[in-house]
Amino acid sequence: MTYKVIGKRVKRVEDPRLLTGQALFVGDVSLPGMLYAAFFRSDYAHAKVISIDISQALEIPGVVGVYTAEDMGDDWEPGPPLVSPPPTLENVVFNSRRQVPLVKGKVKHAGEIIAVVIAESRYIAEDAAEEILVEFEPLPAVVDLEKCLEPGSVLVHDDLDTNLAAHLIQNKGDYEGARKEADLVISRRFHLDRGAAAALENRGIVADWDEKNQHLTVWDATQSPIPIRNGLAARLGLRTHQVRVVAPFVGGGFGPKIMMFYAEEMVLPWISMKLGKPIKWIEDRRENFYATTQEREQIHDVEMALSKEGHILGIKQKFIHDTGAFNPYGLTTPLNTQSHSMGGYDVQNYYSDLTVVFTNKTIVTPVRGAGRPQGIYIVERMLDIAARELELDPMEVRRLNFIPPDAFPYDHEIIDQAFATLIFDSGNYEPAFDKALEMLGYEDFIKNEQPRLRAEGKYVGIGIVPFVETTGVGPYEGARVSVEPSGKISAATGVGTQGQSHMTAFAQVIAEQLGVEVSDVSMVTGDTAEFHWGTGTFASRGAVVAGNAVNAAAGDVRLKVLKLASKILETPEEELVLEDGMVRVADKPDQSISLGELALLANPLRGAVEPGTEPGLESTKYFGPAFGATAFGVHGMILEVDPETMMINIRKYITVEDCGTMINPLVVEGQIHGGVSMGIGNAYYEKLHYDENAQLLNASLADYLIPGSTEMPHIEVHHANTPAPNNELGTKGVGEAGAIPVPAVFAQALENALHDYDLEILETPLSPNRLYELLQKKEDNS
Amino acid sequence: MKPAPFEYYAPTSVSEVLELLNEHGYDAKILAGGQSLIPMMNFRLVQPAVLVDINKIPNLSYIKTHENGIRLGAMVRHTQAERDSLIKERVPLLHETMPQIATIQIRNRGTIGGSLAHADASAELVAVTTALEARFKIQNLEGERWVPASEFFVGLLMTSLEPEDMLVEIEIPDLPARSGWSLKEVARRPHDFALIGVAAVLTLDKKDRCQSAKLVYLSAGDGPLVAEEAAVLLQGQKISEDLIIAAAEKAATEEIDPGNDIHATADFRRHLANVLTRRALAEAYQRAKGGK
Ligand SMILES: Cc1cc2nc3c(=O)[nH]c(=O)nc-3n(C[C@H](O)[C@H](O)[C@H](O)COP(=O)(O)OP(=O)(O)OC[C@H]3O[C@@H](n4cnc5c(N)ncnc54)[C@H](O)[C@@H]3O)c2cc1C
Repeated sequence: MTYKVIGKRVKRVEDPRLLTGQALFVGDVSLPGMLYAAFFRSDYAHAKVISIDISQALEIPGVVGVYTAEDMGDDWEPGPPLVSPPPTLENVVFNSRRQVPLVKGKVKHAGEIIAVVIAESRYIAEDAAEEILVEFEPLPAVVDLEKCLEPGSVLVHDDLDTNLAAHLIQNKGDYEGARKEADLVISRRFHLDRGAAAALENRGIVADWDEKNQHLTVWDATQSPIPIRNGLAARLGLRTHQVRVVAPFVGGGFGPKIMMFYAEEMVLPWISMKLGKPIKWIEDRRENFYATTQEREQIHDVEMALSKEGHILGIKQKFIHDTGAFNPYGLTTPLNTQSHSMGGYDVQNYYSDLTVVFTNKTIVTPVRGAGRPQGIYIVERMLDIAARELELDPMEVRRLNFIPPDAFPYDHEIIDQAFATLIFDSGNYEPAFDKALEMLGYEDFIKNEQPRLRAEGKYVGIGIVPFVETTGVGPYEGARVSVEPSGKISAATGVGTQGQSHMTAFAQVIAEQLGVEVSDVSMVTGDTAEFHWGTGTFASRGAVVAGNAVNAAAGDVRLKVLKLASKILETPEEELVLEDGMVRVADKPDQSISLGELALLANPLRGAVEPGTEPGLESTKYFGPAFGATAFGVHGMILEVDPETMMINIRKYITVEDCGTMINPLVVEGQIHGGVSMGIGNAYYEKLHYDENAQLLNASLADYLIPGSTEMPHIEVHHANTPAPNNELGTKGVGEAGAIPVPAVFAQALENALHDYDLEILETPLSPNRLYELLQKKEDNS
Repeated sequence: MKPAPFEYYAPTSVSEVLELLNEHGYDAKILAGGQSLIPMMNFRLVQPAVLVDINKIPNLSYIKTHENGIRLGAMVRHTQAERDSLIKERVPLLHETMPQIATIQIRNRGTIGGSLAHADASAELVAVTTALEARFKIQNLEGERWVPASEFFVGLLMTSLEPEDMLVEIEIPDLPARSGWSLKEVARRPHDFALIGVAAVLTLDKKDRCQSAKLVYLSAGDGPLVAEEAAVLLQGQKISEDLIIAAAEKAATEEIDPGNDIHATADFRRHLANVLTRRALAEAYQRAKGGK
């Protein structure tokens, strides 16, 4: 398929507004009579609330009200489950415990809200919050993923007799049988730690109940405005048409903003209705570290069985996933780990035993990558270790095991995060992998460059890791596209935008279909008043699911345009072309009509409309894939480490990405750059340090280290293209891809750089301090 | 993360500042660049009742020569010092130090006086002014006094400044001929406070022996940590690789007193101090020999 607009490096149409500070964020919303909220949050991670005294807070001038759980009465209820519990598998344990709006009885993680202050300014609200007196009875905290399952452990949820949140086994083939045939069986234990999503913009809400209009408007920095609208209406006893949720520009989502309902989202609209006043709250960075969801903490015991040639005969793993104090997001994240622990390899025998535990830590929901980085880390580390033990080239071992191109669609015979069978739709892995080796000069590096650097006393290593990403899952998204009498196009979809360039990419899809300029398309995202149905922006699904809905709607409008134009121009549809906002008769440029004129004719003010027709040049369409589109990629780096200071320098970073058809390569590259920076954070910088009381020790950006421009290498991106067979555009998601393989690449490159030390890295992130400890241990042992 | 209520004054002369400090005592805080004070106020770790903003006072950001050294007004911004040609020529150690402090945005606002008055043991300027034997001019309503760096920094975030005192000027003497210097530090990201760092100053005599040595560590104790015994090892000796190794070992294992935190254990910090001291002494020695 040759496209005119799709696939072009079109500059983002949203940028001028964003870069000149003209774009609307929740923080910019300011309404007459607006009040401000501040929260009294628990410092304790686990404690009984004995008493709450708000009397002094109420005395402070400018305070309008202070609310606790008691004030909510019957309106107090936990948040809804966000995904359905696992259905089909036998012997599944799943204990659902969901977050609450305001603490009743017992605090289960630090940062939970005990009281809300509403005041005339945020300053006053914070002054008053300091005057609230709460008597706590501190309880020992549940922190350790393994100890919490021992008999007699303190319990997070007293109404459960265990800290077990879920248990599930997935099995494919016969691992034990395969193990017997193996020439090599390796087993290792991996520790993967927690990180924050750390979006530049924290969460924020403005809730405005209009009593006369009986209407609630909520501006919310969320990834999922439509489910928030539906949920708010249900909780507050309203009809959906009485609630409008707007997710304007959002400064980064990365997963946590798909989580709903956050306590603040439940409480502030409720108070706005009580007071009949708009209320604003912008999360500050400290709140974000305690109250916004996090991810990645898992312990894995993994076994891999191989033949002496390096064929993977089977993989077995038992792992524990920490879901924090509640599990509103079900099993999505650890299921992703399960489905990515075989990477892009043809693994016939797989046994995966998953245990999910409650702890007194912040809630876990997907963060960019969502369980996938852990799966890729495990399988890639195991392959590196196996190659070393078998004395094989690690790259050759990978090549040997790739799912071959003729094996697609490839059925993994286990379930994925959507509880559907895990099927990889398409792929062509080896050429992309070879390309990565070539870009990084793998052979020359190993043969010539590295020995030369070694001789100079430099420790420089190479790491190359392939990975898969399941993307574009259902259930569905929709879009509406219409031609205005001006000839310009208006369009809307339900997904929200947090930097994904929807306004440009979707406009390109429409421009392609309708023969207009990208700048002629005005795309609205994330406003429930503009589009009624949908789920949200997550799981690398925007370009696949919403993108194909936009394409379908625009395609339908195109048919309507052609039909009407054919009648008016008295020319068969096949002889018409759409270009420059006109419909022209091919080869007769003077015979034409503009889209605007057609739009007017399609919506006459007088006269009879033919029965069975609809007014206007407009269409609403939905797209719901049976299963996702699986993307592939390879990342590589050349890394220098100073073995005295443990400081690193990434000398070169390359990626090959196969996300099928690209709507806009600039956008794809931007996603990869951002993802890689997050991955570098996960590999080396970013770790949430919880102590034995489940207290977070680094709840500020001074101590939670996010890589910035000074830490980022130059990234070279190459695009491969295996179009997705099951959607018309052929797109696969790429939003999370960049973050997924980085810790595995980093570990491989670091081991390679320090190869004199014979180091095995089985954890992430790996700080310089930790690297020092590992090297010390090596020295002590030898 | 909003500060507690406070009264705000923006005087335009040093004497007005001194009046205000005298009147409000412990309740008042001077606001210079705000890069340390404002975050602490927003976290409500400090809640001064009165803020005395000294940004409107003219003539506090000069850099000038004075006898055998230079003098800086307390309000010289980090960026100004970083780009100043006089500093580059006369106090190259300070010139090389500046870019290692925080980010450019923070350096654009942060002041030399603020950094020194704040006396964070991780601050480069605290170690470097100690290594260079700087002197600080302090004023209050009663008059002025000069305090050497060695007496100015008295403990964890503590100086000899009293609540009614203002730091107004910093004097840095020239180094003797045949001196070399180096600042080495390890930070997770270039702009972070260093896990550990060392400022080294060496002066050689005519026979190439070490006439004097100064090793001052940052993030290695409650204040700038001077490794005196390591300096004694070097004094009067011909600098050799073995001597450097011995001095580094002495300072790192016996003299410094680094803490444990989430970024590094004391053990790792000592290891780094050892490595950095070797590198710093080697560089300082090279520079001293080269006469630079
Ligand atoms: C993210 C971040 C990273 C940083 N990294 C580093 C780093 O790597 N290295 C480093 O050294 N620093 C670092 N800093 C601190 C920075 O250098 C500050 O600018 C400096 O410490 C304080 O200077 P200031 O002018 O902003 O002082 P302010 O914050 O205004 O004041 C600090 C204290 O000094 C007092 N004070 C200020 N001026 C005077 C005066 N003339 N007389 C008496 N008392 C006075 C104030 O009352 C206050 O108690 C960092 C800061 C941040 C926010």
